[in-house]
Amino acid sequence: MAGRPATKKGAAKASPVSSPQKNANNKRKVNPVKEPVAKKAKVAAGKAAGKATGKKAAKAVEEDSEDDESWAYGAVDESDSEVEEMDDEFVSAEEGSDIEVGALNDDFLGDEFAESDEESKAPGTAMFGSDEEDEEEGEEEEEDEEDIFASNSEDSDDDDDMEAKSRKLDAAAKAEAEEAEAELQTNIMLENDKYVLPGDDHEILQSTDLQVVQARIQEIVRVLNNFREMREGNRSRNDYIAQLLKDLCLYYGYNEYLMEKLFYIFPVSEAIEFFEANEVPRPVTIRTNTLKTRRRELAQALINRGVNLDPVGKWSKVGLQVFDSPVPIGATPEYLAGHYMLQAASSFLPVMALAPQEHERVLDMASAPGGKSTYIAALLKNTGMVFANDANKDRTKSLVANIHRLGVKNAVVCNYDGREFPGVIGGFDRVLLDAPCSGTGVISKDASVKTNKSEQDFQMLSQLQKQLILSAIDSVDAGSKTGGYIVYSTCSVTVDENEDVVNYALKKRPNVKLVSTGLDFGKEGFTRFREKVFHPSISLTRRYYPHMHNMDGFYVAKFKKISNKIPKKEDNVDLDEEEEFTPITEETGKRSRGKKSNGSKTAEEESISFNADEDAELIRASQAKLLQQQKGIKLRPKKST
Amino acid sequence: MRPLTELETKTFFEKLAKYIGRNITHLIDRGDETYCFRLHRDRVYYVSESVMRKATSVGRDQLISLGICFGKFTKTGKFRMHVTCLDYIAQYAKHKVWIKPNGEMPFLYGNHVVKAHIGRVTEDTPEHQGVIIYSMTDVPLGFGVTARSTSDTRKMEPTAIVVFHQADIGEYLRQEDTLF
Repeated sequence: MAGRPATKKGAAKASPVSSPQKNANNKRKVNPVKEPVAKKAKVAAGKAAGKATGKKAAKAVEEDSEDDESWAYGAVDESDSEVEEMDDEFVSAEEGSDIEVGALNDDFLGDEFAESDEESKAPGTAMFGSDEEDEEEGEEEEEDEEDIFASNSEDSDDDDDMEAKSRKLDAAAKAEAEEAEAELQTNIMLENDKYVLPGDDHEILQSTDLQVVQARIQEIVRVLNNFREMREGNRSRNDYIAQLLKDLCLYYGYNEYLMEKLFYIFPVSEAIEFFEANEVPRPVTIRTNTLKTRRRELAQALINRGVNLDPVGKWSKVGLQVFDSPVPIGATPEYLAGHYMLQAASSFLPVMALAPQEHERVLDMASAPGGKSTYIAALLKNTGMVFANDANKDRTKSLVANIHRLGVKNAVVCNYDGREFPGVIGGFDRVLLDAPCSGTGVISKDASVKTNKSEQDFQMLSQLQKQLILSAIDSVDAGSKTGGYIVYSTCSVTVDENEDVVNYALKKRPNVKLVSTGLDFGKEGFTRFREKVFHPSISLTRRYYPHMHNMDGFYVAKFKKISNKIPKKEDNVDLDEEEEFTPITEETGKRSRGKKSNGSKTAEEESISFNADEDAELIRASQAKLLQQQKGIKLRPKKST
Repeated sequence: MRPLTELETKTFFEKLAKYIGRNITHLIDRGDETYCFRLHRDRVYYVSESVMRKATSVGRDQLISLGICFGKFTKTGKFRMHVTCLDYIAQYAKHKVWIKPNGEMPFLYGNHVVKAHIGRVTEDTPEHQGVIIYSMTDVPLGFGVTARSTSDTRKMEPTAIVVFHQADIGEYLRQEDTLF
């Protein structure tokens, strides 16, 4: 009973004090603070029960403080080896301690902590101070040990009293030394250690010392990785994770919402790797423009300028990785002549998955600044045509510049909201939708994502992505001889923006199916995530992570459109559903449909106001007008800025 | 987007002929596909007919560019060539100037070409003739107008300007905002 509150208090108070002093080794700092506290508790109990029953009392205390035993046992088994023997757990824990010393130690402990016992209620600073002394004392004692021995042997004949005293001293010194050694050993034997989760004390949570936080993160991760054995008493996994999330937010500077979103995508230690990888920039990669040059020639030209580079990997025949360069890599004459494009390795992937064939008509729905569009054009070898669309007019400037610089002659650049396709033009052989996203895969490039994305942003984005993917699917002609493919990609790693969107598309458009992306690396997409279960074919999609593939976080899914008809579901055909399924591949189809519904409505109108024929005529006219307007609005939704 | 009027065609072709002469016919009568010039928002685009037909479904306000931009008509009705057409005119150029590696960067920053930087010149280039500027590795860097004929340049000082700068590929970075 005595042990628990004292220890808790000690733990809570001690660590903020210790943190600023020696924060390099946070966990270890907490440890020595707690040991004497446990001792004190035991001694207090022992005093009350009398020396004869000391062992029992000690045992009782030990049982009481089972929760804190991680810290307590070090002290207990050193001082009380008989107790240790009684308790199986500790026998296995430490076998090396000396029984005799243990017996003596009891006395010694009683002596030493007699005064400090009174201080046990004193504030943490005092306790910490005494502890420090304790440590130092141990070290000093160790050093002096030999001296004591020497004096012992000389004076032993003179005085029995002296001898007894010195023997006692000697033993005490030995015990101290052993204690110190044991401490050292526990330092090494990290595996057996358990980490005590700090309580909800504000002092701890406010501690902004990053090294302390980092140490705590490491500890919690270690516990979580082997939870059954390492957990502390009755603390649940959620307690640990809640603390870990707070620490990660503090350490890496994410907002809590995003942290939680990202954290659950990975196993615990992988999540840390992911956050760590987001702090390091990815290597600079360039893509050879095969319309103008070849990779070997380009590499030679750049090496002549002193650029240090290497092929990006076996998976790409056009990528080069730049390690360092004495000249700005974005302004060399080769760059200006359009021989290469500065482009992240990850953005090769969707185009490789799309695999456009010559003489095809391809749409890139969100194309600025044109890295992927120009890659598509290069694969088409300037045959067929590329429709490069972007919703942002300012960004189309750089898109046009890149298209011209790289010598793409078959491109049309337009500035539509992607959702207006296929209203503008449809029937493409292939469509690439690199959807606007939260950018959680490119945090290393743009760290502002860490804080400026809220739940609302994610909802808006995933809604936009769902609308875009449907229009992308509708823009493709399933009857195309060579194509009929859609590639959906984002530079985000969250499930909401990836698997969820793909799953939605599969549900809403039963005329498409997922096919293999053709990329031989990357992790499979999730078929289930937390409470969500997705279509099993989503395992054909691919995920890329910064810590695994050393490229930006990325997601690629490839669809094949089977037929142009969207099969209707029989069961629930409510108004919204019907709106969804209107055949919007052809503008004319839409018009005719509008007229049809118009007709039925006017019939209703007529039945109501049967008498006034002229009125009905007027109503019909205005109705038609209204519907036309409505349809017009539907066709061109408001531009979201 | 519309075809060029007669007057526009005349101004445009006069300018173009300064660089590629009678080779303009190669641009119009191509073996592979029918190509055409189209005017869109003062800019002249050179584009294949099939692409042009598809691009007609894009609204005027939303169409940003198609094919390759050759240049634009100024408010005074003159035609100004843009560096974006370099690929085509380099292909059919009559007169060429190669500049040494140490002259590349000054030219790409928008400076005129001085005699010291000249590596090679096409023989018998007349005065005020449009020329394409190449690097010594045959990468087209831009185009300009000669200040003197080839024979005259031999007597000039090394610091004298030989080719007046018209356009260079550095403009992709320097004038990204105004060019497109």
